[in-house]
Amino acid sequence: MNKLRTLAPLSIGLAACFWLQSCSNSPKTATPSSDKLQGKLVLTGSSTVAPLAAEIGKRFEAEHSGVRVDVQTGGSSRGIADASQGLADVGMVSRALKDQEKDLQAFPIASDGVSIILHKDNPVQSLSDRQVVDIYTGKIKNWQELKGKDAPITVVNKAEGRSTLELFTHYFKLKNSDIKAQVVIGDNQQGIKTVAGNPNAIGYVSIGTAEYDAANGVPIKLLPVSGVAATTANVQNGSFPISRPLNLVTKTRPQGLQKAFIDFAQSQQVQDIVKEQNFVSLSK
Amino acid sequence: MSLSLSDTLLIWTLRGCAILAGAIALLILIFLILEALPVLQQVGLFRFFTDASWNPVEGLYNLTPMLLGSVLAMVGSVLVATPLGIFSAVFCHYYAPAAIANLYRRLIELLAGIPSVVYGFWGLVVLVPLIGRIQPPGTSLSAGIAILTIMILPTIALSSDASLAKVPPEYLKGAAALGLSRWGTIWGVVFPAAKSGLFTGLILEIGRAIGETMAILMVCGNVVQIPQSLFDPIRTLTANIALEMAYATAEHRAALFVSGLMLMLIILVLVVAAEVISQGRIYD
Repeated sequence: MNKLRTLAPLSIGLAACFWLQSCSNSPKTATPSSDKLQGKLVLTGSSTVAPLAAEIGKRFEAEHSGVRVDVQTGGSSRGIADASQGLADVGMVSRALKDQEKDLQAFPIASDGVSIILHKDNPVQSLSDRQVVDIYTGKIKNWQELKGKDAPITVVNKAEGRSTLELFTHYFKLKNSDIKAQVVIGDNQQGIKTVAGNPNAIGYVSIGTAEYDAANGVPIKLLPVSGVAATTANVQNGSFPISRPLNLVTKTRPQGLQKAFIDFAQSQQVQDIVKEQNFVSLSK
Repeated sequence: MSLSLSDTLLIWTLRGCAILAGAIALLILIFLILEALPVLQQVGLFRFFTDASWNPVEGLYNLTPMLLGSVLAMVGSVLVATPLGIFSAVFCHYYAPAAIANLYRRLIELLAGIPSVVYGFWGLVVLVPLIGRIQPPGTSLSAGIAILTIMILPTIALSSDASLAKVPPEYLKGAAALGLSRWGTIWGVVFPAAKSGLFTGLILEIGRAIGETMAILMVCGNVVQIPQSLFDPIRTLTANIALEMAYATAEHRAALFVSGLMLMLIILVLVVAAEVISQGRIYD
């Protein structure tokens, strides 16, 4: 008990030291008054951003004992609505803001790319945008037509409402009801497992997850889109065409706790969390 | 005779527990209806059966393929699992040596304890590629039936086992006195006597088959369509909810609650059917 009493303030003090030190390293995150940060911060919105925001929130709470970060999901549109109506302090939005939403302030904390994946044994090395569209609308049904093996193509599509699907259909100018899929999946892992188990399948998933799995021996390969290789590096430098920012949005210029959290979420201190969650960290 | 204080206390505690248990079911039902109401008012129940397709983002809400998918997967697996389960229980009770019967029971119990996501994962990486070799893509109604059969087999096997054990020994002695053969005893005496228990097992197994989500989600392909053959992908009502809930907003979300309501309806019909079948006809 005695030990604990001395340890607790010591560890808090240590944490504060580290935090202050990191502050002095990156002046961008400096919020001098943040020692007195108190209160509750409510974040709502995108279910893609939510796990990331929750992890960042945990670390933020650990450094400011008086702060509670409450993360609730409900989709990007809820993030927009709640932020502009003031129901939440910060909204989470897993896409760029639309023109009619430009009255909100957006703060990107990471980005996410979507790439096309095939089984490693599939001899097809690249597909043009036109070919991808034809595959997904059922005009091309056999790999032979694309100089592959004589085998029917298994088209893997995402479930309705998923933002990956939105991104994919938006880039290829497809309507979801036009897509003729043989398999509909939920999360990225399921997509990767499906393609890894079927040499004739084609799917699209989040780049970070796919890159990680491909590097760890899962038999999949990432296809370039319009000639740009699907790597997190290319998402980071903006050259990869199918990508989106993950944003925190606020109604007004963030202040106090709001500002401290957003600065923290954009700082170097959380980039390991961003990578852990298979998102692309923003180069600063 | 007046009740003692402890009796009164017990009675009221029990009443309280009963009310609470009943209220939970009612609350779920009310919650489902409340959440589904906005879309039911706007779209009407009818369109959930007559719309062109299921594209809630585009305002199309046809649930029939999912309803059919749920029922087909359930019927298929129940047709396979029921005789397997009942006859394995018969084997275990009346034919197998005690040691083997015991080992067998432990094995079945083990089968019952495996989490469904493990079955699903096994199905996705082993079963689906196998079926895919016969008829691509492999994710299909047949894969769903196979997985469901394995999953509901312990339910029917264990409950038949229990109900066979409950057959009064006098019946068996009587049958032996009449000179009935072993199979004659089972068919003519044991089955009629255990009928109610067997039916209960059947209902339990059907309930599990209808409600199963994770494994089905992984092996069935989840394409919204009415299957033309055993090798076509299907989507079940449960998979529909699991796939889309995370990203659904507004009307889309409400439409998913309608598919939850429909599941509830199926279960309700099953429970009523079970009541009608097994009511007061235990020893006829």
